Amino acid sequence: MAAIISDELAEEAAATPGPPPRRRWSFPVWRWVILVVAGIYFLIPLYAALRFAGISSFGQVVKQTGFSDALTLSIKLAIMTTVLTLALMVPTTIYVHLRLPRLRRVMESVTILPIIIPPVVLIVGVLEVSPSYLKSTPYLLGLIYVVLAMPFAYRSLDAGLRALDLRTLVDAAASLGAGWRSTLLRVIVPNLRTALLSATVLTVALVLGEFTMASLDLYQTFPVWIVAFDQTSGPVSTAASLLALFVTWLFLMLIVTVGSRRARRTGGGQVDLISVTRQDTSRPRIEES
Amino acid sequence: MTAQAAPAAAPGSGTDPGAAPRRRRPARLRRIVALAGILPFAIYVLLGLGAPAAAIAVGAFQNPDTGAFTMNNVKIATSGIYLHGFLITTELSLITSIVPGIFGFLIGYAIYTARRGSILRRISVTAGGVFANFGGVPLAFLFIATLGTTGIATKWLTDIGFNPYEHGFNLYDLGGVALVYMYFQIPLMVLVILPAFEGLRPAWREAAANMGARTWHYWRHIGWPVLMPSVLGCVLLLFGSAFSAYATAEALTSGTIPLTAIQIGSFLNGNVLAGQQNVGKALGLGMILIIAVLMVFYSLLQRRAARWLR
Amino acid sequence: MHASRLLGSPGSGAFHGTEGKHVPTRRSLVAVISVIGMAVFAAGCSSSSSSSGTTTSTNAATATSLAAFGGMNGLVAACKKEGTLNVITLPANWANYGTIMKDFSSKYGIHINDANPDGSSQDEINAMVQLKGQSRAPDVLDMGTAFAIKADQMGLLAPYKVVTYAAIPANSKASDASWYDDYGGYVAIGYDPSKVKVAPTSFKSLLNPIYKNQVAINGNPTQASAAFSAVYASALANGGSLSNIEPGILYFKKLHQVGNFVPVTAGPTTVQSGQTPIVIWWDYLLASEIQSAVPGFKIVIPTDGHYAAYYSQAISKTAPNPACARLWEEYLYSTTGQNLWLLGKARPIELSTMIANGTVNKTANAALPAAPAGGLNFPTQAQESAAEAKVAQQWSSVIG
Repeated sequence: MAAIISDELAEEAAATPGPPPRRRWSFPVWRWVILVVAGIYFLIPLYAALRFAGISSFGQVVKQTGFSDALTLSIKLAIMTTVLTLALMVPTTIYVHLRLPRLRRVMESVTILPIIIPPVVLIVGVLEVSPSYLKSTPYLLGLIYVVLAMPFAYRSLDAGLRALDLRTLVDAAASLGAGWRSTLLRVIVPNLRTALLSATVLTVALVLGEFTMASLDLYQTFPVWIVAFDQTSGPVSTAASLLALFVTWLFLMLIVTVGSRRARRTGGGQVDLISVTRQDTSRPRIEES
Repeated sequence: MTAQAAPAAAPGSGTDPGAAPRRRRPARLRRIVALAGILPFAIYVLLGLGAPAAAIAVGAFQNPDTGAFTMNNVKIATSGIYLHGFLITTELSLITSIVPGIFGFLIGYAIYTARRGSILRRISVTAGGVFANFGGVPLAFLFIATLGTTGIATKWLTDIGFNPYEHGFNLYDLGGVALVYMYFQIPLMVLVILPAFEGLRPAWREAAANMGARTWHYWRHIGWPVLMPSVLGCVLLLFGSAFSAYATAEALTSGTIPLTAIQIGSFLNGNVLAGQQNVGKALGLGMILIIAVLMVFYSLLQRRAARWLR
Repeated sequence: MHASRLLGSPGSGAFHGTEGKHVPTRRSLVAVISVIGMAVFAAGCSSSSSSSGTTTSTNAATATSLAAFGGMNGLVAACKKEGTLNVITLPANWANYGTIMKDFSSKYGIHINDANPDGSSQDEINAMVQLKGQSRAPDVLDMGTAFAIKADQMGLLAPYKVVTYAAIPANSKASDASWYDDYGGYVAIGYDPSKVKVAPTSFKSLLNPIYKNQVAINGNPTQASAAFSAVYASALANGGSLSNIEPGILYFKKLHQVGNFVPVTAGPTTVQSGQTPIVIWWDYLLASEIQSAVPGFKIVIPTDGHYAAYYSQAISKTAPNPACARLWEEYLYSTTGQNLWLLGKARPIELSTMIANGTVNKTANAALPAAPAGGLNFPTQAQESAAEAKVAQQWSSVIG
């Protein structure tokens, strides 16, 4: 990165966003204060719950019948929802940003609706209009979860796209002879890595944590099972919730790690979450021109 | 800017030897054709969201026994405790969208400016996703165990001489509920704003510094205008999320604070009020209308803010 | 990386939404295909749905008594052919349902699907309506009486007279046998003696400031019938009546002003964590849910306010397993079933008959909290609706 900064204009260095080098501003102190305060706020309640539950309760949770079935169903739904959501939202959002910028406001309004209608109301509406062949399968939930995930996916993708100079990227790619598919896959999507991962993380977490609609649709997804399986013992119920948190987090770490590793494989120089695909210097750079 | 549906086509086809020169279609057809790009999305939304929402809207005006048209549900839903519920819910949602918006922004920025590739970032993003969807009875219990009257943090604070309950804090009133809501609102904000920070080119910061601008000037003239549309959009999302949040408040307050989502729950899946589901649907319709109003304000705000950018 | 593999949804392979950006007409066509593809995918993923109706003789769905099956053996045989029973909103530790379901299951070899155990009576009605014709629709229901009446009005219930039908009091069943009360209990005060040194005995006693931040009910009275009944009972204790629930709301307001009321939804967890050492709830739930988890937990029926309520059983008219549904009811209203409820510290509806017959489980009966003397009054439909409306309007004034 240092070589690039010294070789080209500051404009080109902008193609690789990252922490500003050598700051004299009081970032670091301020940053750590914020993170420590946040850490306290988020971790102490977890500690309180852990203390109440006790370590032994966790073993009891995993041994219960239905644990693996419920978890498998939830993971299947999570995969289904994520794939569908990204398949639907990524092209649509890119297309709107590129071709129909005036529709952005409409998109925002539409995608805010699923989050406004409480799930307890939405499931009533859904079950009223769904055909019976859909109702008899838990995958109806997967289709509905796509609607629930829409606000988050759109917001992430929108934020990510705003951060890009999309038109320039696309035109540059075109002028270098890239077809639309290459443009999409090798230019736009790699620049959207953070947004895509954000959207994926939010969608998966949503499906693994969604309780109301699944329970009213009478299917035992993981969150439903967590609540249902044991009401008698406070510590065990608490342990179950904490376990659900932990399992979801592990799954997300897996996704994020795999996502970062993919960056390495497709020729990107950076290995982590927020990165762009950097071509090595022997190939024409098409991020920014 | 032509309205051709091929984003890869260069504006002036002369520079691209590979593309065949395209015939220009009449303007209206071009517009329709451009709209076709969002057809899958539109169909999905229509089927997955529009149809259920229509069912709810229709149900709001129906008598649950006979199916006949009635304004009764709407009348109930807009009076007395239910009207009060809309007000309180809106108030709570505003607080728990703006404050977490600010905190989430700061935390997001702190994470973003951390060293790249660090494990901190990975953990923050994944933990954020988990927390953003954590709620309901387990979350309520987490806070009861921490800040309830016999909670562990309450005990610690009392030990050092400051009992929060004697200084006006109560986990079970609106302030307490707002505090609990932060637990999933802040991570949500962090996660959705994180991609936006990439819009801040570090070069701009350097350039500004070179010109003698301080941090505040940088943010006022560069940082904020660039990020503002995304930030506003995220805050809107937070509002929606707080507005329809139900299980957490229910577990904490047992309905002693009138919140619309809880009231809907009483009608639609309760054990006490029989046969009044359609009032619940009317309340749901009310929520949609409120957000519609909010969207208008939001649009105005965005438009005003866009002027700052130029 | 091909577009279809990156962006295609599993199974459909047809989501080429991004494919045809060049040529709009092909794109629109493909968009339509993709939507159809999604629908086909969804259908393909679905298990064989609407295998509704009975797999046994159609008689089962319209049988109104054991006679239609030619006796118990015929009913058992018909049920065994169905093999499954769908129940709904029955938590395992609610009035001993866990044991009841296990016993029924092993006795007749039937698999029981217990859906949405935490659900409410309204959920049961919704499930019957929304899942009609599906094999996972509920067969039998245990719901609040007001909801049973509603479901009956909606035409969702199938009338059926169990063998011991005559032992159910006349005011505890529908005239057309579409629903009948099953078990009930009194509103009681439960407390954890390790945290509560002075035993409360009545609603009035709970106003004592030594119970600061200790008293809670189980939920929202506009939603949870146990909480609603607690308010009703407190109304009776404070000069109200079945047609006037307002004193009950005022009582809780006072309880909050004194600082004793904790608005949290109480349960075994909040008692174990010490947050709500005193809980006003159904006596049988205090026993089965809290007493089992908190050693020494005591239950007392308040001296100044006696309020009892019974839940009601019903069979769904569109039950996917009608024979098993009817067998379940016969089982519940047999001595075995009734005594199992009694073991769950609930008062089965046929209790007085069983005491007279000597078929009651004497130890279980003796373990019940002493029932207050004097008869029981239940509110009428009208009284209850009025009370509900009042609570719905005023409950939030309790806090602020």
